[in-house]
Amino acid sequence: MENLDHLITESQADFAACDNTTALDDAKAKYLGKTGALTSALKGLGKLSAEERPKAGAVINVVKQSVEAALNSRREAILDAAQAKQLAGESLDITLPARAQSTGGLHPVTLTLQRIEQLFHSIGFDVATGPEIETDFYNFTALNIPENHPARAMHDTFYVDDDHVLRTHTSPVQVHYMEDVLKDNKTPPLKIIAPGRVYRVDSDATHSPMFHQVEGLWVDEDISFANLKGVVQDFLQKFFERDDLTVRFRPSFFPFTEPSAEMDMSWNGGWLEIGGCGMVHPEVFKHVNIDSEKYQGFAFGLGVERLAMLRYGVNDLRHFFNNDLRFLSQFSK
Amino acid sequence: MQFSEHWLHQFVNPKLDADELGHALTMAGLEVEDQKLAALLFNNVVVGEIISAEKHPDADRLQLCKVDVGQDKPLQIVCGAPNARVGLKAPCAMVGAKLADFKIKRAKVRGIESLGMMCSAKELGLAEEADGLLEFPASATIGQDVREYLDLDDTLYTIKLTPNRADCLSILGVARDVVAITGAPLTLPAINEASVTTDKTQIVKVNQSAACPSYFGRVVEGVNAKVATPDWMVRRLERSGLRSITVIVDITNYVLLELGQPMHAFDLAKISGDINVRFAQKDEQIKLLNDTEAKLVADDLVIADDSGPIALAGIMGDKPTSVTDESNSIFLEAAFFTRDVMAGKARRHGLSTDSSYRFERGVDYGNTKQALERATGLVLDICGGQAGAITEAVATLPERKAVTLRYARVLSVLGIDISKVETGTLLTQLGFSFTESDDSFVVQAPTYRFDIEREADLIEEVARLHGYDKIPAIAPVANLNMLPLPAATLSMSWLKDSMQSQGYQEVVTYSFVEGSWERDLLANANPITLKNPIASNLSTMRSGLWGGLLDVLTYNLNRKQERAMVFEVGSTFHHADKAQVKSGDNAYREETHVAGLCYGASLPEQWSENERDFDFYDVKALVEMLTHGQAEYRQETHSALHPGQSARVYLQGEAIGWIGKLHPKWQQKYDLPKSATLFELEVRLLLSTALPVYEEVSKFIAVRRDIAVVVDDSVEAGAIIDAVVAAKISLLQKIQLFDIYQGKGIEGGKKSLAFLILIQDTHKTIVDSEAEAALAELLKLLEDKFCAQLRN
Repeated sequence: MENLDHLITESQADFAACDNTTALDDAKAKYLGKTGALTSALKGLGKLSAEERPKAGAVINVVKQSVEAALNSRREAILDAAQAKQLAGESLDITLPARAQSTGGLHPVTLTLQRIEQLFHSIGFDVATGPEIETDFYNFTALNIPENHPARAMHDTFYVDDDHVLRTHTSPVQVHYMEDVLKDNKTPPLKIIAPGRVYRVDSDATHSPMFHQVEGLWVDEDISFANLKGVVQDFLQKFFERDDLTVRFRPSFFPFTEPSAEMDMSWNGGWLEIGGCGMVHPEVFKHVNIDSEKYQGFAFGLGVERLAMLRYGVNDLRHFFNNDLRFLSQFSK
Repeated sequence: MQFSEHWLHQFVNPKLDADELGHALTMAGLEVEDQKLAALLFNNVVVGEIISAEKHPDADRLQLCKVDVGQDKPLQIVCGAPNARVGLKAPCAMVGAKLADFKIKRAKVRGIESLGMMCSAKELGLAEEADGLLEFPASATIGQDVREYLDLDDTLYTIKLTPNRADCLSILGVARDVVAITGAPLTLPAINEASVTTDKTQIVKVNQSAACPSYFGRVVEGVNAKVATPDWMVRRLERSGLRSITVIVDITNYVLLELGQPMHAFDLAKISGDINVRFAQKDEQIKLLNDTEAKLVADDLVIADDSGPIALAGIMGDKPTSVTDESNSIFLEAAFFTRDVMAGKARRHGLSTDSSYRFERGVDYGNTKQALERATGLVLDICGGQAGAITEAVATLPERKAVTLRYARVLSVLGIDISKVETGTLLTQLGFSFTESDDSFVVQAPTYRFDIEREADLIEEVARLHGYDKIPAIAPVANLNMLPLPAATLSMSWLKDSMQSQGYQEVVTYSFVEGSWERDLLANANPITLKNPIASNLSTMRSGLWGGLLDVLTYNLNRKQERAMVFEVGSTFHHADKAQVKSGDNAYREETHVAGLCYGASLPEQWSENERDFDFYDVKALVEMLTHGQAEYRQETHSALHPGQSARVYLQGEAIGWIGKLHPKWQQKYDLPKSATLFELEVRLLLSTALPVYEEVSKFIAVRRDIAVVVDDSVEAGAIIDAVVAAKISLLQKIQLFDIYQGKGIEGGKKSLAFLILIQDTHKTIVDSEAEAALAELLKLLEDKFCAQLRN
């Protein structure tokens, strides 16, 4: 039988000469088409004897496989080259700016409040709210500040009418909350924080007539002044992510807590005032019918803007209420 | 309360330096707000006397002075002060002296050697201004260091006293607390009873003994009211923040500062008849010392004589009976007026005096007579005269009730470790007397401690003296219970985070706003106003948030921002329904609103997108998100919004807010180059959603058909969709608008709406004929209801 090995080299040369798939198909026909050399060879097998046929067939098949392999390899190469050419034409300038979307953000006071809420929530504090136009009773009397009490002078109060004020602190929320809890026939333990806007007739570089406070309240059978210090210190350490931060209490006076304290926080080698606190005054418990012999608890009030200023290094309180977008956008996450 | 360290030292002198004392006071609750030296640090300045003065040969305004500073030879000093004269004693800064701003060196002034400098009060940092040398009296000792002569190495403290600590409104009171804090001994000034050397007395009747439980008075005859107040007294008054006025007034002020007892002195000659302590009568008036006239009302307590009121009790005396230089006989008053009767009275007359401030907070009723003796002694020493017998009217004084302090309670409330013995020691240091049992103390507080009424007051005292900084920080031990978390209730954080993720920046604006924003922009005929606004443009409580947002917009446009997307979440304020407000209830109602404003281009300027401005539909997309796609929009008009581009938003049948484009008249008023688009919604319903309920997902694929119909321009797309949904056409799953077209091929006044229709049988594969039937039903409906024509 004729040696067919030359077909392998010939086909490889033919295929290599093709630079597109049409030409390749034509070249393929020369070997594998109906009249192609290998097709003819296979047809010729019929003329051989039964003994010779398998051996000759196997020889042809080896050649055919080599030719097919050469064909496929070339086809792939042609396709790859074509795709590479196409991709080369599709390059982008990857340094162009991204498609711009509007970037929103939350106010730094909100971010601060959210963080405060998260931290207290993590030890089981619920969030309570109350009205901002408050009755004289809830803002003062129920907090053991009767009419004409000199402590009222500590609050520069906005009056809406003779019986209503803009709340000067978030402490009235304590009273509402305790009243509501008892109405539902629940009993302590009570653990809440009450964030919100408060108002004082005061406006200068370091005072805003409207600002934010967070009130905290924990009432149970044996919550102590030392616990108050523990909770506040834990909070401040977690809030500022600084384990070395400590809290100093200074004696002070609020009619609705006793003992009362101003809270100072260690900061850059000194002390910074961050709010007031104390043990809930028996008179406040009396107003809401909680037995002060059985229960005791603490309350505290933190200045939110103060915390936000320290947290973000903001040096002027007025930025918070000017709402300059160039300022606010700095807090976008 | 202001006082000087040296004055305090006469009462108590603990082993603390000035800074340690300040810290101890602060940590005991007497917060030191300010602490400073009586004078700036300077040295080497002595009392000098000018013994000769000649004109400088080369300068008209300068003199050559010889100054005796107690050394062998007088110093030659060139001086330009107008009051430099022979015989004058004044401060002389020696060569080498350091003053606030400079050092004194040997110098030549216009060619003549000068060995020091004569000083003004300003140069020594004792005054802001001076027009010549500080003049010393002839009694000043030549050569004495001026710091010593003027007692300048004294420290001045200003303490911020809380309203409960009226007992510390005097040197004596602060001293008592220093004793309690440090355990150092208390030295009281020697107060002797004055010998009575005249028969002259003044009759006093106390008509209102409940309001004035004790009144002591005495006549001092033959006083010299013109004499100058002694320097030491002037200095102490000044270092407590009081100016010297006249000697008698100075003495009464001095006693007030020293002992905490407000005093008053009348000119005896001007008092007609008996003194009566009573309430004011109808239409009475008083011409006060500060030259104002006060109209009195029935609960004003007055000191009166036969002519009428001569003092507002505990607040201020009147002008006609006040002591003058010419006064010869005076009547000194020391009384105790109760806190109840004094509360709020001074403020009602627009007054606040050192006297009323103390009476309102509580004056020691156990020390009234002593104070009168003290004042008498000072008057006799300084002004001379003869004292009469004390007239006294004493009724029932307040009672300090004994208070029980349970030791166990101290430990439980404070969470500290303190022994019972230590607790007792602290009470003793406070000057409290007590009897003790196994588990408690029965404590009697002194007359000056108005704040000790219950156990908590004593616990606070124990804590304060034990030291707040010694209280440990201990985490509470508590039962762990999870907080309820209703799954269908969304949080405020969800709301704010949603807004943020849509590109909105949160702002926080004041709750009180310009009145016109309420009246005009929001057409609120009856806004809630403040009685004492901080400024006239912050006088009205907002009922909506748009005014604030527009203000923020203007602020930022003025700072060259060209687009804005802002939102605020906050309370709005409304009158409560009158019928439902019961007495004592809050007469106002608050709603939490979320409002947003967008302005300018809908996207930041960029290379890849065509620019267009925000419009109604951008904001509607946001409202759709916040209302979970459940909102209904009805064409209603709002004073702030464009009548053709606004809608009222309804959720679950309730009107919850508005959406729309700012009315052009407001755009013009706010001077906005472009229009703004706004929305505002009440938050309450936005946060209540339903728990998702699972529905099986069909295995059978939906068939999509697109149709376009031509309708009149006035037909609302929403009405078509609502009608189709309401018709519940069999197998029709969804209808959605995807195109609107007007123009070529569409008749004027008409529009073409293209809808995507999904038809699906959830139980089997749909056949064409079924889909066609659904479509036909749909088209019939559109034709019947909206005269819609299928577009080819």
